[in-house]
Amino acid sequence: MQTLTVAHLLALFLFFSCSPKKENVQSSSQSSEELDEMSIYHLPSKWNTQNGEQIELKDLQGNVLVMVMIYTSCQMACPRLVADMRNIDTQIEEKLKKNVKMILVSIDPETDTPDRLKKFSIENQMEGNQWLFLQGTPESVREFANVLAVKYKKITPIDFSHSNIISVFDQQGVLIHQQEGLGVDNKSTIDAIIKLSKN
Amino acid sequence: MMKIEKGFFVPLYGNDSSVVHIESFFMDIYPVTNREFKEFVIQNDLWEKSKVKQLFADGNYLNHWADNDDYGSSVSGDAPVTNISWFAAKSYCNSKGKRLPTIDEWEYVAMADETKPDARKDEAYNQKILDWYESSRTFGKEVGSTFKNYWGIYDLHGLVWEWTQDFNSVLISGESRKDVNSDKNLFCGSATVGANDLMNYAAFMRFAFRGSIKANYAIKNLGFRCAQSIPKVEN
Repeated sequence: MQTLTVAHLLALFLFFSCSPKKENVQSSSQSSEELDEMSIYHLPSKWNTQNGEQIELKDLQGNVLVMVMIYTSCQMACPRLVADMRNIDTQIEEKLKKNVKMILVSIDPETDTPDRLKKFSIENQMEGNQWLFLQGTPESVREFANVLAVKYKKITPIDFSHSNIISVFDQQGVLIHQQEGLGVDNKSTIDAIIKLSKN
Repeated sequence: MMKIEKGFFVPLYGNDSSVVHIESFFMDIYPVTNREFKEFVIQNDLWEKSKVKQLFADGNYLNHWADNDDYGSSVSGDAPVTNISWFAAKSYCNSKGKRLPTIDEWEYVAMADETKPDARKDEAYNQKILDWYESSRTFGKEVGSTFKNYWGIYDLHGLVWEWTQDFNSVLISGESRKDVNSDKNLFCGSATVGANDLMNYAAFMRFAFRGSIKANYAIKNLGFRCAQSIPKVEN
């Protein structure tokens, strides 16, 4: 009888979770100066870079963005995510690269100061102009993760559990492609970046 | 708002090593109503349903409202506002100098019944919550129509599900959890399905729901209330 109750509840829950699926209608008739409805450039938050500058996301407009959320004290998945980012970077031709930004957003903004991010970028040989490391606030990071559908939770003062997702945004800041998981084939992500950066 | 006194508890999926400490904070007595949200929309027209960006709210946003800035005559102004996204809820709370409660804060207050701060081992209390999960269209009822709990807070159970600030900290992604680097004791839902107490059934439902939604979803039985931190006094 108890099993039956659980199954019943789960069925109800599945119903809830499926019902909000939507058609995702995009209006294609937008003028070029008006941002797409789904653009991350609608987010007003300010971020510190590894070089000690303060930027808004919309300062990045016009670039293809490749983004991942990590934290520098991470021992488990992040080194592999960072390796994936580097691997993606090496497979993009130099002439396309000038309009591509490779961005690592810290989910631990209290620890990951600009100095620390800078040090991390040097240690991981991610010092070219395409690399950008961002420190936000706990609130802006939570909001940004929600835009990427990235989930994370602080497990201990130095450890987080988090989704492993690399996201690609077009020049208007619209999410175009996501690669989920560790050690997956980067090819479709690289194809998406190359296709966009030729636009 | 009512003041919630600090304390600690072991939330769902917890064990002895994961006691959560809650600082004292303030919480809204009722969920935010259609009437209150209408005032907000009138002052912040970016949150009208015709103007809101899809990034922040999907097509279901306020779709039970008759007009852009009015819920109309067929919807009760005193019913909790639903069809609301996380971004909209957050923005509403921020406009009042408040914020959304965290999952831990919400669960901490919601484990109270009328007389006890922690009623999770009370069978009647749990059965009541589960009965609600099985009843339909409770979102149309007015706020305050369920019970007042130990802290003086109404409607945590029985009206609508509620957004929390960090709902996206629930990592449930199917059996494989392929995209997540997580502690399986913390996030393995199947362990809970096998659990034999009602308390975990009810809490599992809430966590599974939180794990299944995205921040721009607007859902007809999902509303919110606000909370506020108490500034720490430096000694």
